[in-house]
Amino acid sequence: MENYNMNLTLKVWRQKNSAEKGGFQTYQVKNVSSEMSFLEMIDVLNEDLINEGKDPIAFDHDCREGICGMCSMYINGRPHGPWQNNTVCQLHMRAYKDGDTIVVEPWRANAFPVIKDLMVDRSAFDRIIQAGGYISVNTGSPVDANAIPIEKDKADAAFAAAACIGCGACVAACKNSSAMLFLSAKASHLALLPQGAPERKSRALAMVAQMDKEGFGSCTNTGACEAVCPKGISIENIARLNREYMCAAAVSDKG
Amino acid sequence: MKWSEIFTSSVGKKWIIALTGLFLITFLIVHAGLNACIWVNDGGTMFNAGAHFMGSTVVIRIVEVGLMLGFVLHIVQGIMLEIQNRRTRKIGYAVAMGNKGSKWYSRSMGLLGTLILIFLVIHLSHFWIPNRSNQGWLLGEEINLYERMKITFQELWVVIVYVVGCISLAWHLLHGFQSAFRTIGVTNKKYLKMLNALGTGFSIIVPFVFALMPISFYLGWIK
Repeated sequence: MENYNMNLTLKVWRQKNSAEKGGFQTYQVKNVSSEMSFLEMIDVLNEDLINEGKDPIAFDHDCREGICGMCSMYINGRPHGPWQNNTVCQLHMRAYKDGDTIVVEPWRANAFPVIKDLMVDRSAFDRIIQAGGYISVNTGSPVDANAIPIEKDKADAAFAAAACIGCGACVAACKNSSAMLFLSAKASHLALLPQGAPERKSRALAMVAQMDKEGFGSCTNTGACEAVCPKGISIENIARLNREYMCAAAVSDKG
Repeated sequence: MKWSEIFTSSVGKKWIIALTGLFLITFLIVHAGLNACIWVNDGGTMFNAGAHFMGSTVVIRIVEVGLMLGFVLHIVQGIMLEIQNRRTRKIGYAVAMGNKGSKWYSRSMGLLGTLILIFLVIHLSHFWIPNRSNQGWLLGEEINLYERMKITFQELWVVIVYVVGCISLAWHLLHGFQSAFRTIGVTNKKYLKMLNALGTGFSIIVPFVFALMPISFYLGWIK
């Protein structure tokens, strides 16, 4: 594809901190190369802002390879921008043309409070993982690889669920701010494997309890999460979690 | 884990909506089937016999209490869930996601449900309440429901209200039918494909049959 340059109008959400009220600021970005990534375009804008003595736009990013789950921008009404199975850092400016106006917002959910500008606090996800998204193993010398036989289809499904990078786009896209796609992916990749079997029931119960405590909504199967997931996590995982949860809850004899 | 904890969790609440929803779906089949007797066009003899069976059989009257409970649970839980879910995002987006990734009716279950509820109140006040109050709430004399249908559906506005109610029901079912099975944990692609097709067919056929009833009376297709 041929390289071209463009001038863009950016409307970016600016917010000093979690306590203060934010608002949109409009910026003109000139001579943006179509070969830049979206984050590089923001970098260029930030350089200009710094040169003008202004506060640069704060945003989350880390690997810029689409695998870490840090970048989190809601662009023109879609988490991670217009491309399918894609993170913002892998969104390139060839998606836009000269004269376009781009509105950039942070993830919106009470459970993800804004820290500054486009950065949100996603530690609620960490607490959900801490509640049960793990397996307990003996430390010490490593176990031989492939010591436990695992059915290929199950291994593949577990791997597909484990591809979740925890970016939070599912929550951002959901009309209920539900974290069910994230939670179900994390619970599924363990539930599908023999290593995850011993804590299967307590895991489902503990993770859902933590999710509810964090103030996420409940799932109504609209499918918006699946449509925006950069890793293509299937909502089939949500159905699995629903089953896991009720099976665990129905037989639990505590209380 | 206590039952109260299970059914107040986000997943448990969804199970209640799904199970009561599926129960109400089975009710729709019975209701549509019995009402279809009007098309025998025998002046209501067969229809009234069916209505009499439903209204005067003790077992069915007991099941009716379960049906009421199903309606109440589905409606109350649905409204509460809608309110809770709406509260999870205090500051909304400037640019809405709209239909990028989800169907409008899957996001509008609360609105569609409310329209159906309004229709339900009108519908009950037309037939069920007068009939039961005439029976003295037990097993007394029933009113001639066929005659009542004939009179009620002479008014154009009533026919329109009923058709709008049926259209709302169709959209509600189009999402609700398949969503209920996902909520109760069906992950098998083979069955999901079958249930999706069944759900689409059900959502079109059943509300269409219901809508045809007032239309048939209004246009004089049945005497």
